[in-house]
Amino acid sequence: MSKSDPNSPKRLALIASKGTLDWAYPPFILASAAGAMGWEVGIFFTFYGLPLLLKDIEAEVTPLGNPAMPMKMPFGPQEFQNINWPIPTAMMATPGFNSLATTLMKQTFKNKGVASIPELRAMCIETGVKLIACQMTMDVFGFKKEDFIPESEVAGAATFLEYAAEADVQLFV
Amino acid sequence: MTPATLQAEKTVDSSGDLCPTPILKLSKGIKEIEVGQVLKMIATDPGAEADMPAWARQTGNELLDSHKDGEKFIYYFKRVK
Repeated sequence: MSKSDPNSPKRLALIASKGTLDWAYPPFILASAAGAMGWEVGIFFTFYGLPLLLKDIEAEVTPLGNPAMPMKMPFGPQEFQNINWPIPTAMMATPGFNSLATTLMKQTFKNKGVASIPELRAMCIETGVKLIACQMTMDVFGFKKEDFIPESEVAGAATFLEYAAEADVQLFV
Repeated sequence: MTPATLQAEKTVDSSGDLCPTPILKLSKGIKEIEVGQVLKMIATDPGAEADMPAWARQTGNELLDSHKDGEKFIYYFKRVK
């Protein structure tokens, strides 16, 4: 894990701690972009970020947890699509609203030309990004190594810190 | 060197894609040409204007030319390594 060679590529160490659809984007976008620039990248998936390593990502977005989140309609004329619909808090808590918001977000992102989370994760794998599952979170939430994509590896805090200590960029998401 | 004299071995069109897809397609494309050859890259993402030169600086490949053609941004990269 040591990076003593001065000619070795730059290194990015990321912690992905959130598992909602919106917060799944930053770590996968940054990691795939860094991988595309020839950097060495490792993402440590911990707490609610850990399910992003599951074979099927089921991430949803919750407007209730994002009070400033506007709603965008992915259909209709451009002026209509550009409207930021404010969402009343009471409506955010109604059953099925997360699914609706998730569908709208996925469609809006797709329409705008943003890659999906599974696509970005596949790009990370292709560029050799290390996907590290937090052992402690696995034990607490009851995940097994076999639940995750085979490209993932399992490690603890000390392993990640050793990796991050040699990194040029460290970010917590 | 002007665009007219640049001969690209390969063209990658990332029109309609937003960050980070143009960079991902660019890095894939550059691996498909030989060192010394030129790749033509087309993008419409306004963010690409800053990201394309940054990618070149970070990877050590050379950005030979960039210009706007209507709504599209055109870039020529030489694979250096």
